[in-house]
Amino acid sequence: MCGIAGYIGPGDSLSSSRKLIQQMIGVIAHRGPDEQDIYCDREIALGHARLSIIDPAGGKQPMSNADKTVWLIFNGEIFNHVEIRQDLTLRGHVFRTKSDTEVILNLYLEKGEECVNDLNGDFSFAIWDSRRKKLVLARDRMGVRPLFYTELGGRLTFASEVKSLLKVPGINAELDPIALDQIFSFWFPLAPRTPFKGVFELPPGHMLVATPGGKHIRPYWSLAFPDADDHGSWDQRSEKTIAEECRELLFDATRIRLRSDVPVGAYLSGGLDSSIITAAVKHISPRNLRTFSVTFKSEEFDEREFQQEMVQALDTRHEEVLCDAADIARMFPKVIHHTEQPVLRTAPAPLFALSDLVHQKGYKVVLTGEGADEVFAGYDIFKEAKLRRFCARQPHSKYRPMLFQRLYPYLPRLQNQSHTTLAAFFNSAHDSLDDPLFSHLPRFRSTRGTRNFLSSDMREKLAGYDALGEMRESLPADFTRWHPLSQAQYLETVFLLPGYILSSQGDRMSMAHAVEGRYPFLDHRLVEFASRIPPAMKIRGMCEKHILRESMKGLLPTNIRQRPKQPYRAPESDCFTGRSAPSYVESELSMSKIDACGYFHSTAVEKLTNKRRLRSTLSMRDNMAFVGILSTQLWHREFVEATQTSAINQPHRAVA
Amino acid sequence: MHDDIETKVRQFIADNFLFREDRHSLCETESLLESGLMDSTGVLELVAFLECDIGIEINDADIVPENLDSVQNITNFAKSRTLKAA
Repeated sequence: MCGIAGYIGPGDSLSSSRKLIQQMIGVIAHRGPDEQDIYCDREIALGHARLSIIDPAGGKQPMSNADKTVWLIFNGEIFNHVEIRQDLTLRGHVFRTKSDTEVILNLYLEKGEECVNDLNGDFSFAIWDSRRKKLVLARDRMGVRPLFYTELGGRLTFASEVKSLLKVPGINAELDPIALDQIFSFWFPLAPRTPFKGVFELPPGHMLVATPGGKHIRPYWSLAFPDADDHGSWDQRSEKTIAEECRELLFDATRIRLRSDVPVGAYLSGGLDSSIITAAVKHISPRNLRTFSVTFKSEEFDEREFQQEMVQALDTRHEEVLCDAADIARMFPKVIHHTEQPVLRTAPAPLFALSDLVHQKGYKVVLTGEGADEVFAGYDIFKEAKLRRFCARQPHSKYRPMLFQRLYPYLPRLQNQSHTTLAAFFNSAHDSLDDPLFSHLPRFRSTRGTRNFLSSDMREKLAGYDALGEMRESLPADFTRWHPLSQAQYLETVFLLPGYILSSQGDRMSMAHAVEGRYPFLDHRLVEFASRIPPAMKIRGMCEKHILRESMKGLLPTNIRQRPKQPYRAPESDCFTGRSAPSYVESELSMSKIDACGYFHSTAVEKLTNKRRLRSTLSMRDNMAFVGILSTQLWHREFVEATQTSAINQPHRAVA
Repeated sequence: MHDDIETKVRQFIADNFLFREDRHSLCETESLLESGLMDSTGVLELVAFLECDIGIEINDADIVPENLDSVQNITNFAKSRTLKAA
């Protein structure tokens, strides 16, 4: 696992090219502290910061073929590299190293761009084929590993993190108002857009090919579901055989993710998903396993009791890090430096602390349960949507809305609500059942309440822009023919998962401390298999992830296997108030600073901070607004102000 | 007294849900829930305001959108309760 950076196109002299690529890779050295190297010629510059996991001695990058005409830099892991290597060897390929990097290189030499279809892994890579004057960038199917790019003066520049791109003279940080509107609607910008105006991400499952004739971006994989009435060959399949195949696939996905020349640990949240992965690891490789978890002081968030139950049941060597509100506030500016985007939740911060713990214990790789809620329909939003549909079919029923009280048993304040208030909030009567975003409308509606804090200037810039409309237009043509649960799963898996979960809470938090996360539930074979599983087997009545629970019979303690979903949450805006609050909070949220940045309405923010001071708890909307505003201000400080300062301090260099 | 209630309700909503004075679009009957201005936890803030600042007692059965979901509903509800109390 590593960091990559590079560019193609008219450049400066070879010596200044070398210097620049070294700066670009130096600023993301946290992703790969073990080794750094670059390759430069007149046409291309490639840089690599390495976290050595497979073949530490031989896997040095940039790596080339024997005649040095094709060069590769690669961030990630190819989990099926052993099998691909065997096939390639049979076909006459000769390998110099044991690395998965060389496997990609040889596969490319044989198949060209089509090589991505054979790869089972989490990757972003760049291949420079000097014979064809062609640069190929590719990113894994689910969006585990990041890849950003921008164009300036005829030069295409790319990197694992945006901060590398900002090292290039002429590439400056400027907030894209549309991205801010999207973050304050969905929690993330819609790919390829990023918060940085003019900087884009290569979307998951896509490749970019750049030649002297121009650049071309295309998807090579996409998530799809069968039509709601198409049961096809699955119609006759019993739940038992599906559960068995599911277990086999998950075990194999876990098995190949244990491939590593350094020890592999596991995150253990205490929930069903990480417990399954931990149990699967112990089942496959019963050696001493190290597990890691976050604990909270507040009982509302803490899951220590369940973590300890799994630790006892599986006999792992367990480490935990206690994360309290003051820790979150203290870490938050660093967290935003790594997320590189404003966030509406503090949830990335405890994961930042957790990867620090893992790093300090000498571990570079952890397996986690991420992805199970998307792939097997575990999130409450799926049940909520099912219930809203149920209510919408009989809008005058007095009894149906009573079920809303059962939806969120872990939110104590919601239990006091009358069912009519809940029904009005979830708005079962007014949302159109035909809206492709039906499942997510209550979430988007309450999130978009945070846009109320935007400044008049931002509102003017956003006049006429419709974020939900843009999301609707990006959906695949056959989307409306899918089962409602499949539609909701698609929205979570294609948008929220890469846009926020795998990035702001995933890659960026773990790689900040040189820790690579591996996610067996996101093995594309399992994702494709699960998309065919009938929706009624995923949510049985109001029990989520039913088929997954069935497939784990005998492997987990019954208590854990039957435990209802407990979403991962952390203390929110209350971290930033009181006497222990760090001084940056007051300065970043001061009226003068808010006005100077220009993103938010300063008197509205002032009222919110007063409300935060006076009240012990805030509503969900106010919490999201507070964290969103503070993180946007920090984003500005970390990127806009920091690059302005460094531009003043550095002699100006013309861009070609 | 009644005008006073309406002023207080408007002020409360401006300070706690709306946060900004320059948003003129909030009309008397606009649903606070549907517009995203008040979420289901915000309803409890409103209840606390009516109990503490306006001084009326709220039963669980009163916490329904017909009483609490717009400036007009809240004002009418609060007025009817203060009338009863008088």
